Amino acid sequence: MTRSDLIARLAELHPQLLAKDAELAVKVILDALSSTLSRGGRVEIRGFGSFGLNYRPPRLGRNPKTGDKVKVPAKYVPHFKAGKELRERVCQEES
Amino acid sequence: MLFAKVGLNKCEAKDMVEAFFEEIRLQLEQGESVKLSGFGNFQLRDKPQRPGRNPKTGMEIPISARRVVTFHPSQKLKTMVEKSYHGTPQA
Repeated sequence: MTRSDLIARLAELHPQLLAKDAELAVKVILDALSSTLSRGGRVEIRGFGSFGLNYRPPRLGRNPKTGDKVKVPAKYVPHFKAGKELRERVCQEES
Repeated sequence: MLFAKVGLNKCEAKDMVEAFFEEIRLQLEQGESVKLSGFGNFQLRDKPQRPGRNPKTGMEIPISARRVVTFHPSQKLKTMVEKSYHGTPQA
């Protein structure tokens, strides 16, 4: 499923909304998640999972083309951990 | 998360946010990955059975084969976080 499929589904489920509003709703939700993470925050959605940041310490990397050593600074990367309900629902369908 | 921008009232906004996450869960439950451009992709990984250990007792027990959800943030989201957040590591 892509972003536009999701927008179409939500528009279907909310017939009182214009398709444009479903699109805006998806944008608002994703922007809110992104900006919270950018501020170093954490978002927990019950039954779905939590979004947070993981620390990556500085390291010495290499330019794969030239073989030169390059300093890679410390950084944070977004991380998602599935919640209990999502974990269970994804796994039981398997069997 | 506030929703004034879309002109939904509190109740409708709550409903919309719930539907948003429920749709993603439904897709993943059906074995489909979800790709949200500009944000990231939710994918499924099938993991084979592997040996594990009860960390308390040290007893060896197999960890059964399972399907798990992984999230891969988009380049856009990674760049946003890298550029704007340089805080100290969180506990």
